[in-house]
Amino acid sequence: MTDFISIEGIAKRYPDRAGKITTIFENLWMPIVRGEFACIVGHSGCGKTTVLNILAGLDRPTDGAVIVDGEAIEGTSLDRAVIFQSHALFPWRTVAGNIAFAVSSKWPKWTRAEVARHVQTFVDLVGLTGSESKHPSELSGGMKQRVGIARALSITPKILLMDEPFSALDALTRGTLQDEVRRICLETGQTTFMITHDVDEAIYLADKIFLMTNGPGAMLAEVVENPLPKDRGRIELHRHPLYYATRNHIVDFLVSRSRTFADTVKDRDPRLVPLVRPGIAEPVLLALAKPVASPAEATSHLAGATGRIASKGETP
Amino acid sequence: MRVSLTARAAIVSVALFLVFIGAWHLATRGTSATAAMSPEYAKLMGVTATQGKSAMPGPVDVGEKLWGHLKRPFYDNGPNDKGLGIQLGFSIARVLVGYLIAVAVALPLGFLVGMSPLMHKALDPFIQILKPISPLAWMPLALYTIKDSSVSAIFVIFICAIWPMLINTAFGVASVRKEWISVARTLEVGTFRRVFTVILPAAAPTILTGMRISIGIAWLVIVAAEMLVGGTGIGYFVWNEWNNLSITNVIIAILMIGLVGMAFDQVLARVTRLVTFPE
Repeated sequence: MTDFISIEGIAKRYPDRAGKITTIFENLWMPIVRGEFACIVGHSGCGKTTVLNILAGLDRPTDGAVIVDGEAIEGTSLDRAVIFQSHALFPWRTVAGNIAFAVSSKWPKWTRAEVARHVQTFVDLVGLTGSESKHPSELSGGMKQRVGIARALSITPKILLMDEPFSALDALTRGTLQDEVRRICLETGQTTFMITHDVDEAIYLADKIFLMTNGPGAMLAEVVENPLPKDRGRIELHRHPLYYATRNHIVDFLVSRSRTFADTVKDRDPRLVPLVRPGIAEPVLLALAKPVASPAEATSHLAGATGRIASKGETP
Repeated sequence: MRVSLTARAAIVSVALFLVFIGAWHLATRGTSATAAMSPEYAKLMGVTATQGKSAMPGPVDVGEKLWGHLKRPFYDNGPNDKGLGIQLGFSIARVLVGYLIAVAVALPLGFLVGMSPLMHKALDPFIQILKPISPLAWMPLALYTIKDSSVSAIFVIFICAIWPMLINTAFGVASVRKEWISVARTLEVGTFRRVFTVILPAAAPTILTGMRISIGIAWLVIVAAEMLVGGTGIGYFVWNEWNNLSITNVIIAILMIGLVGMAFDQVLARVTRLVTFPE
């Protein structure tokens, strides 16, 4: 396998009160390439957070394994940093103290001065210069999450894991933080795995978007390759010709296909999940009298997917 | 200009205090009838019988006596006549020794119970049975086994102070926010460092609340314990002055017990504020 992270046939099952076993998901395979930003999208209860916790080492799969950089993961690791939805800062530590806690965990032999210098680099990186000695209670929600991001990045992890990191923030703050995260991830080539409910956020940030069907018994339906250019900006994102095709494809999936997918697709090899690249919609035939423009570029890896998108590619 | 709430509350407090003192003074002024008696008999009977003075001391009597105590808090005229400061000192020392031993036992044990579900389940029946026992019920057992009344009093303080601290520590440790534990886990923080840098600061406000309840109970119990064991201490002083029929001294002792108890509580309340951080 050339993939950096390879989730190989993991399953999570819980016995319920009556002793019956509920399968959240099983035989889940996911490849993530080094330096890629992967987003997982799906409804509540499909096991997204469980997948992330397994990747982080906070939870164990009932079956299967996760290979990172050629080695099966065993518990938590300083190579994998987590940004929590509720930022999870220690209220008794200052901004610098919270980041220093992570830094001195990674490099216990460092002197106080070395830790402080390293902490300052990451305080500056997330734009919190001047707030080093404030306590979390003195910060706004956005600033708290910046500290959470700085803490996760400060240990220079191989993988950054984010569990709906921006969902508790207001729209403006969310936008600026998304910009920051995208800038940092592009600059450092950070491999990132994120859970989100926000389709626009996924399209803006992710290189690959993993679509999961509803649980229990959730499965990975398909992987959407983001067709938007690497240098996309958040402001003009929705003006890009491929934006709505991508967005509609994902929204359609969440609205209807996530529910029906498991029934319509039988006997599929869970290792061979289709990789889809949404293309521009084909023009709709209006009349036969006039010449019709030839179909525009439609670059999907799957012919079926292209056709499906084309038939409902109009913007809402 | 509007007077601040604190100032207005202070005015009400002072007014209530003055009303209380006034009522007390009026009630103990003494106007009851005096019986005719021979001068020698009158000398024996004292002012209560001869001048109709109330047997209950008034605020002025108590104030005068209190001033006397405050001028000479540490005199020692033998076993039955020691200064108020000495008596309070004995009680405070006993409470602090018993309390500190209880802290030394309850905190580590509370961490164990809070962190290990096995120990929680295993120790729970013992805690549930031992907790509701009145500390004074241990006194005969303590006197019989320890054979030293002063140490027995310390043991009683220990046994009454341990439970609120143990239960609060266990609860505080067990209910540390899961995310904070997850942060420590993802950073591969060892158990020792996790206990001292994550769990202890997170549980500190709950632990200190338990310690505050404990010191309050310990101070309540020491008075009763010293009445039983005798010898020294403010509890003994109260009982001794009751036997001397010196209601004035009893009232002064009650006032002192209240003041010292308040001081203990305020100190721990201040420490609790120091370790409590809003999120």
